[in-house]
Amino acid sequence: MAVDAEAQFHVLAVDDSLMDRKLIERLLKTSSSFQVTTVDSGSKALEVLGLKEEDQTSTSALSPQHNEIEVNLVITDYCMPGMTGYDLLKKIKESSSLKDIPVVIMSSENVPSRINRCLEGGAEEFFLKPVQLSDMRRLGPHILKGKHKEQQQLHQEENSNTNHTIMGSSNNNNMSNKRKVMDEEILSDRTRLGFSSSSLNLI
Amino acid sequence: MSLMVLREQLNVLVNSMFLEGLLDAQFRQLQMLQDASNPGFVAEVITLFCEDSERMLTELTKLLDQAVVDYQKVDAYVHQLKGSSSSVGAQSVKLSCIQFKQFCEENNKEGCLSELNMVKHQYYSLRSKFETMLQLEQRIQAYDSEQQN
Repeated sequence: MAVDAEAQFHVLAVDDSLMDRKLIERLLKTSSSFQVTTVDSGSKALEVLGLKEEDQTSTSALSPQHNEIEVNLVITDYCMPGMTGYDLLKKIKESSSLKDIPVVIMSSENVPSRINRCLEGGAEEFFLKPVQLSDMRRLGPHILKGKHKEQQQLHQEENSNTNHTIMGSSNNNNMSNKRKVMDEEILSDRTRLGFSSSSLNLI
Repeated sequence: MSLMVLREQLNVLVNSMFLEGLLDAQFRQLQMLQDASNPGFVAEVITLFCEDSERMLTELTKLLDQAVVDYQKVDAYVHQLKGSSSSVGAQSVKLSCIQFKQFCEENNKEGCLSELNMVKHQYYSLRSKFETMLQLEQRIQAYDSEQQN
């Protein structure tokens, strides 16, 4: 129980470009104390997500020894060879075990019909590439939504306010000056969470 | 050479690259993501960009050398190059790629060949400045760590 409460918010980033994987990983780790896993394809993403055979007949089942990693948010590129980001989104949303995981789609192309299709397909957000630090703020509500569900299961009393974000609130002293100054300016207009440090692991 | 002078040289170089349109605001984002816990981030991204780009330029050269050009493949590589130049803030390369894509869509071989040359020219100019930038950064960081000891 205590271990689960301390578990870091885990983001799975999917992109076929190594450069973009590096970038998104840095963006995620910089803006908040996320745990980040990066993979280069939709099929690898499904493996990490531990998509079970009964949920998705067209996806290969995992071997029984394979450990499922808990993922709290998926952020994926749209344009990838093989399985596109949209295909991955659909597979996640059609899976009974994974459908509640928020999915964010990134694309270098600003195509309104594509954006709508993704949002209608269940994507929470659509980021235009190159993704910026300021975009990371838009993840806040989705993180909180996921964490909140988890916390309600673990704790009886909870102060919750869905307008708060948990971005970088406790990690400032561990990061260096110039970048965090920038971040703090970005974050200063957001209210910090009322959660105590025992209920969330941001230290 | 003093640390201050090195830093000044680096600033002048980077600023000139912005002024010349070689770099855009995305590069500033990369700089913001670099810090004491990740001092090599910009260098790493630049290195990946260069490796990626050179690979793609080689493939593009081969593809456009064919009697019958596979424009779909050409477009796919240009798209990739456009994406990575956009991610690193390599504005002049990115703009060239946009033009290149246009020629691709028109199946215009001459246009593609001419634009490929332009992309190469832009890329190699950028690369040489990146190399200087990284050398300066390395010297600055060596200085910094020396000072801490």
